[in-house]
Amino acid sequence: MSSLDTHAGAAPQLGGDHHGSYLTSKGGLWADIANWATTVDHKKIGVMYLTALLILFFLGGVMALAVRFELLEPTRIIVNQAGETVTTGQRLAFLATDGATASNIYNRAMTLHGAIMTFMFIVPGIPASLGNFFLPLMIGAKDVAFPKLNLGSWYVYVFGSLFALASALVGGIDTGWTLYTPYSTMTDADHWRLVAMVMGVFIMGFASIMTGLNFVVTVHKLRAPGMGWFDMPLFVWAIYATAIIQVLATPVIGITTLMLIFERLFNFGLFDPRLGGDPVLFQHFFWFYSHPVVYIMILPAFGVISETITCHARKPIFGYKSVAFASLGIAAVSFIVWGHHMFTSQGELTAAIFSFLTFFVAVPTAIKVFNWIATLYKGSIVFNTPMLYTLGFLFLFTIGGLTGLPLATLSTDMHLHDSYYVVAHFHYVMFGGTVIALLAGMHHWWPKMFGKMYAERPAQLGFWLVFLGFNVTFFIQFIMGAHGMPRRYASYPDEYQWMHLISTVGSWMLLAGFLVHLFTFIHSLLQGKPAGANPWGGLTLEWHADSPPDEHNFAHEPIVKHGPYDYDTVVPPHCDPADYPLPENPHKH
Amino acid sequence: MSSIHPSQGGKIDGPVLPHDSIEKGHHWRTKDDEFDAGKLGMWLFLGTEVLLFAGLFCGYAIMRMKYPEAFANGSHYLDWRWGALNTLVLLWSSYTIASAIRHTQLGNRGWATINLVITWFCALFFILIKFTFEYGPKWAEGKRPGVLFDYPYAQHSMEPMWWSLYYAATGIHASHVIIGMGLIGWLIYKNMRGWYGPKNYLAMENVGLYWHIVDLIWIFLFPLLYLIH
Ligand SMILES: [Cu+2]
Repeated sequence: MSSLDTHAGAAPQLGGDHHGSYLTSKGGLWADIANWATTVDHKKIGVMYLTALLILFFLGGVMALAVRFELLEPTRIIVNQAGETVTTGQRLAFLATDGATASNIYNRAMTLHGAIMTFMFIVPGIPASLGNFFLPLMIGAKDVAFPKLNLGSWYVYVFGSLFALASALVGGIDTGWTLYTPYSTMTDADHWRLVAMVMGVFIMGFASIMTGLNFVVTVHKLRAPGMGWFDMPLFVWAIYATAIIQVLATPVIGITTLMLIFERLFNFGLFDPRLGGDPVLFQHFFWFYSHPVVYIMILPAFGVISETITCHARKPIFGYKSVAFASLGIAAVSFIVWGHHMFTSQGELTAAIFSFLTFFVAVPTAIKVFNWIATLYKGSIVFNTPMLYTLGFLFLFTIGGLTGLPLATLSTDMHLHDSYYVVAHFHYVMFGGTVIALLAGMHHWWPKMFGKMYAERPAQLGFWLVFLGFNVTFFIQFIMGAHGMPRRYASYPDEYQWMHLISTVGSWMLLAGFLVHLFTFIHSLLQGKPAGANPWGGLTLEWHADSPPDEHNFAHEPIVKHGPYDYDTVVPPHCDPADYPLPENPHKH
Repeated sequence: MSSIHPSQGGKIDGPVLPHDSIEKGHHWRTKDDEFDAGKLGMWLFLGTEVLLFAGLFCGYAIMRMKYPEAFANGSHYLDWRWGALNTLVLLWSSYTIASAIRHTQLGNRGWATINLVITWFCALFFILIKFTFEYGPKWAEGKRPGVLFDYPYAQHSMEPMWWSLYYAATGIHASHVIIGMGLIGWLIYKNMRGWYGPKNYLAMENVGLYWHIVDLIWIFLFPLLYLIH
């Protein structure tokens, strides 16, 4: 980190070359629509991705609310006071048509929640939205390496999502998002719905590969003069590691989904025991992609946290290289642990090996968490919304990570697997980790993206509702699962009801929190105060650009002269030194 | 990965062709950077292709270990001479597309076109052999994948599985050949209009790389399906 004062590279080549902000209207609604629909500007594509993702997040969230609503009470067949036998519970019955029961609707909502949230929201998630917008800015580039491919990926993603959602419109599927065979190949007579969903997943895989490939090349070839690999912001490192996984893992889900379609349409037999196939083989294929994919989901979140924690605590990151290499380490380990999803369906030795390997994931992950906490030490912490979400992330992700260890341990996993404990663990990592980090990043970068500040007080109210609502919803699920409540069931014995009740009330708090955020964001777009180029005093290159950035990002090609986290030695760009006094004894690192 | 821009023979007599005046993309610092990025992107894409087929090979290996007799029978149903002929056709086409790239680097546009056209016809030849002499007769005899299987003289109950994997692997490979024909056709069209030359041959080089991987995958499929008993 000491080589940050590099002056390599040529002098600025371009004169002041202002085009106006990327948000500037091209004159008229239709001209703007045509401009956005055909744009190759990574910033617009990032905003388009963010919009699509939030719409799908909303749909997936509605499905989750439906699931929690059904689980508010179990299905009971009782004899009432009049002596009639009646069925209570079945709260989703009002949605049921043509012979479906409330439980059928529940199964479809549960499947769609999982499929939308994983394949359509959280996998593209942070890289496609914030990554698209900020990766080029943070390395001082004008765009990603292949701008047209970038636009193409957005269309492919939207097309794939529509394909998958079409299956929901014609009745939905009820296999769970994991599409396990033989269930996915044998049930549901109208198999076109399943084929549509699987085709959607196949198509969206291309979007993911396009994004990943683009970002790898961008990081290799478009860094600004003076930016060596170890001068890159950690968000860039995280996106880079993610992009490598996207390129290497996604083809496997491609072939898996193709084989599943062949299986469904022609009974190929590869996954069908009646024809000599093996359903567990499908699980191996599926998890060979879908385990690495959880790091596609979480690594970008780590990147966001490294940015927000340094900027809002005004401290250099503790252990830059270890955080950077931990990203690559996680990416590497992610490919050899998929078998931990089949502990109960494989040989003991195999299970023991996969268990052993799985524990390795904890090492680079814990390194990061320790580094972030050490970064906070003696920092000037500003308790604004991005920082609150960052601290929330540290808290929730730590719970999520530590509760993974009993699942990696064979003996405890025998008890906990396929229970609500797994659901809780997964949500603490994916929601408590990725979604919380996305919210941290959205608040942190919102002023840069749209040039407007959001209202701090309401946003903090949103944080508390989301944070508390999340814990109310999911913490109880650890207990429920440890007491034997299996995941995915539409009904349950009476003993569990009080815990489900708490969980469902929590889901309503979450809804309230997201509505508050929706309000603050819309309010900011309409009436937000102008942000200024660098409202937080950030040091990474995007804060050198205007807010919102110029169409070509920077007026001059930036030359990197300070590190991304030199908060103890450098006055932030566009800032008054009086507002950001440097410490008298800069902590040399 | 450094790019090669051969200086010899860079000039073509006659009117100025588009390839002489092609500008770099606005976000690149130099044309070399743009060229290297294009190649790096292509190599990454080829990595995804290898991984896609790796999944298939993996399924093949597992099922072969489970049902060795069925798979041995299966490969007896295939005529290795068609497979060998197709292997030669693809190898030859890999050579011709490589020479098309070399001729473009040297500025011999006409020879480049001729080589591309030969490559395209090799691809067509491959597909015709595959469909008329392999898929067609086998399908007619009932040697089909999965539940479609209807061959009365099967000697092993798992032969449908063999055909499933045979059709899946060669079918996905054949779809790559057909996509390659589209790409090569597009190269021929653009090359005849003068888009490629010593300073601008990235697209041709990338399609060439793609074509080599299609060839390479066949070189693995051929022994796995036709030769191992
Ligand atoms: Cu896993």
